[in-house]
Amino acid sequence: MIKAIKDFMRKLFSGLFSIKNNFKMGFYGPPNSGKTTLANRICKDWTGDELGKTSKIPHETREIQFKEKVEIEYKGNKLTFKLIDTPGISTKIDYEDFMKFGLNEKDAKKRAKEATRGVIESIRWLDDMDMVVVVLDGTKNPYTQVNITIIGNLVARKIPVLIVANKSDQRNFNVKKIEAAFPQYRVVSLSAKFGKNMEEFYENAFALAKQRRSMKKKRKR
Amino acid sequence: MKRKIKDLTLQFVPYTEISNLTPYKKIKKLLDMIDENKILIIQGKLEPHEEKDLIEETMRKIGTSKKAKFRGIELASLVPNMKNSNVFDNFKTRVANMLVGERDALTIIGPATIVKEIKRDPSKMQLLLKT
Repeated sequence: MIKAIKDFMRKLFSGLFSIKNNFKMGFYGPPNSGKTTLANRICKDWTGDELGKTSKIPHETREIQFKEKVEIEYKGNKLTFKLIDTPGISTKIDYEDFMKFGLNEKDAKKRAKEATRGVIESIRWLDDMDMVVVVLDGTKNPYTQVNITIIGNLVARKIPVLIVANKSDQRNFNVKKIEAAFPQYRVVSLSAKFGKNMEEFYENAFALAKQRRSMKKKRKR
Repeated sequence: MKRKIKDLTLQFVPYTEISNLTPYKKIKKLLDMIDENKILIIQGKLEPHEEKDLIEETMRKIGTSKKAKFRGIELASLVPNMKNSNVFDNFKTRVANMLVGERDALTIIGPATIVKEIKRDPSKMQLLLKT
């Protein structure tokens, strides 16, 4: 009986909060695709702060990082987002790869251990997202099982997805490959590093929020 | 330093061998075989939630495997392209998949210490091995 009341109260309050324009936006993708760089760019644009540290060494983000209450304005509308930057998901982590970047064995092993935990944490957080931005490196082959697994799991959870083809400032950038790999999704090409084409990103982030809202309404009916 | 691969085992895993297992047992079985340095050729493909669980278990195994050399896996699935098929063929395939499972796909999983990368496009796979 008490559990039923608790469940009812939880549903009531979550319903009230859903009326607010507050969305949990997760950044997912393989390591070094630019998730933190994009999250930092958004934070800088709207709060003046940065969210996390970036590095050329893969798996720099090894814990979930948040930025609460990031208010974004687009064409006169305002929405508030909680930005959730996640560690890159991969199927292998070899400490010897980190040593190629100059880390000693002890630090490389420590980084590898933390990175494995980070991947598990990222996966566990999938259920908590209102919407997900899958950040892919536009200079690399998008046909990887990790990308397919991430998107497949988001689809199974009915979480709205936006694909970002990052690193459009680089010479071998190829958005067409990503569009061909995921033809059923909207792909926004941008350079998070230089803030190129962020306007189109915000437009699509708002569309995603709208999609999420209408999905929630349908579920309530 | 480059090392030579002394032998390479390709293990075929028929759909029926794993289809009735629980997701946990299925993943454990696959990872145990990979731990024996085998490259698995699986008939069919894993469900997205099974792939997610496989990645999670792989991460756990990297830290705990008795074999210090376990560094993870490489995997890729190929699903037949039905774009050019007619409506009837599409329907037949969907019904068959519902009844007997998605057997016409192919999944390759190998240990990351042997398989450097699996390059794929929609219709072909290329295994790059560590030498």
